[in-house]
Amino acid sequence: MAEANETLVQGRQPDVEKSTSLHPLVELTAMRVREFLREKEAVFWVFIFPVLMTFALGIAFRNTAPDKTPVAIEATNPVKANELAQSLSASPDITPMVMTESEAAQALRSGKVSIVVSPHDDSFEYRFDPTRPESRTARLMVDDALQRAKGRTDIAKISEERVTEPGARYVDFLVPGLIGMNLMGSGLWGLGFTVVIARSRKILKRFAATPMRRSHYLFSFMLSRLVFLVLEVAAVVVFAWLAFDFTVRGSWLSVTLITMLGGFTFSGLGLLVAARPTTIEGVSGLMNFIMLPMWLLSGTFFSSERFPQVLQPFIQALPLTALNSALRSVMNEGAALTSNWIPISILLAWCVFSFIVALKIFKWQ
Amino acid sequence: MTAVNGVDLEVFVGECFGLLGPNGAGKTTTVEILEGLTNPDGGAVELLGQRWNDGDDRALRERIGVQLQETQLAEKVTVVETVRLFRSFYQRGHSIDEVIGTVALEEKRNSRVGKLSGGQKQRLAVACALVSDPELLFLDEPTTGLDPQARLSLWDIVEKFRTRGGTILLTTHYMEEATRLCDRVAIMDHGKVIALGTPAELISSLGADQVIEFSVTNALSDDDLTSLPAVKNLHKRGEVYALTVSEIGVALPALLAEIKQQQSEVVTLTTHQATLEDVFVSLTGRMLRDG
Repeated sequence: MAEANETLVQGRQPDVEKSTSLHPLVELTAMRVREFLREKEAVFWVFIFPVLMTFALGIAFRNTAPDKTPVAIEATNPVKANELAQSLSASPDITPMVMTESEAAQALRSGKVSIVVSPHDDSFEYRFDPTRPESRTARLMVDDALQRAKGRTDIAKISEERVTEPGARYVDFLVPGLIGMNLMGSGLWGLGFTVVIARSRKILKRFAATPMRRSHYLFSFMLSRLVFLVLEVAAVVVFAWLAFDFTVRGSWLSVTLITMLGGFTFSGLGLLVAARPTTIEGVSGLMNFIMLPMWLLSGTFFSSERFPQVLQPFIQALPLTALNSALRSVMNEGAALTSNWIPISILLAWCVFSFIVALKIFKWQ
Repeated sequence: MTAVNGVDLEVFVGECFGLLGPNGAGKTTTVEILEGLTNPDGGAVELLGQRWNDGDDRALRERIGVQLQETQLAEKVTVVETVRLFRSFYQRGHSIDEVIGTVALEEKRNSRVGKLSGGQKQRLAVACALVSDPELLFLDEPTTGLDPQARLSLWDIVEKFRTRGGTILLTTHYMEEATRLCDRVAIMDHGKVIALGTPAELISSLGADQVIEFSVTNALSDDDLTSLPAVKNLHKRGEVYALTVSEIGVALPALLAEIKQQQSEVVTLTTHQATLEDVFVSLTGRMLRDG
């Protein structure tokens, strides 16, 4: 016992010097990074999941040569049906299939074919669902092939030029949206859960009993978000580049600044939802309440302009809508930061608002 | 709700002061008010010549070390990383390895907190409180839920700190802990201090140094028991009588004779040196553990 005491007393002097090498902000940030990297599930959701999502959606909606349109031919009169199948298969866009009446009805219902054609004695009947775009297209193609086979000729001369531009594909639209959604998720979850867990385990209270500056604690979240943000965005962009030849048309500086602003904004919102709840259930509810409208409305998977006009002011004011639209404008269209001043101001406003309110109402116990 | 009411205490520099009481007595509330974590509705707290909310709380926090009863440190980080983090909050203090040595966690230096035993976690919590080389150390139920071995090693750490002149305020509901560690003890119950003094003073205030606890087949009258020679006090808990006596050699034969005379028989009978537990029982009629 006496020995231990001596070392404690002797050790005090060199300690004072040593303390300068430890900065609370650095240590707190390092702690954030360590805790995150040691949480395997979190790593999956933040880094692996968005890449998988890009891959799956990019494949599902890839712009290849359009598939042939499947067409059912009712075999009530087998001779006529085979004759019709012959003439339709002359068209490069149609796959005709002869089947019984009930098979054809079933195939149409299940979407296996887009249209059913039944040959009558001296006429043809088209059966299709006009609310399905592919059925309307199929009707035009079938009609064209059929009339042509019966001897119709074109009157106007047509020439075609086929254009599939990079930057206008679905995957190009998708990548900025996924980055936006990912920044929202990791900001809210990353901060929300970490803070509430620390509060429920009384770690916040323990910190409050030290001379730690409270701003250091909150600022460490910003810094650690910055570290991960770079990796998160890079993972998706690099993957999309390798797999789908995705390119960023605007400047990398603009992309970086917008993602940083987006990251900070959602960190602020994360801090705001985590400012008071003492249980994981409580903060989860709040996070879903905030994220769900943005998942649905902010145009990650399809353009938010498809929603009714009355909703537009609300949708456009959402931070994720602003982030997605700024990212798309820079990544897909190569626009400058200045032409995005509206979404950027919206993001800034959310960022400042959420930080100020969060700091005001933050509970340490 | 008032958890604590009119607690008036003074803790001297260099002493180990214990707040002893059952769960819910208001010990934690008292300590958290002293630590500046809870604002009292009234009253004044002065620590090391300073007060909370006086504009320089951070300077005061530099000088105290705190272990909270309920803190569960992050599980995914290691012992050394945790101590390092807490060290970074303070201007001055011990080196990380010294503190880890003080709480005997050298072998667990690079283990994750989640893999530590209860006793090791508690020692780590104390390490985080000691890392700033505080003048005043607060320990809130530091050994609750620990096995005897782990408790002993924690007591060792507290005694080391005390030997080098540190001041300690600790709460406990273990009387043997208070007796062993504390220079002075305040016994708390229902938010009030009901006794204050050195453990020896408190025990001698019973006017007796032995306790006989017994149960019998046929109930005895209180008057018959208190009128026995050398008996100072009587408490009953259910079937069990507890007599505090000044001279066991006189009291015990008289008691046995009385039991026989009343045509009753002894079911259980034990005697022990009076402890702080007996002080609490004599003041409240309840056991500490009953809460």
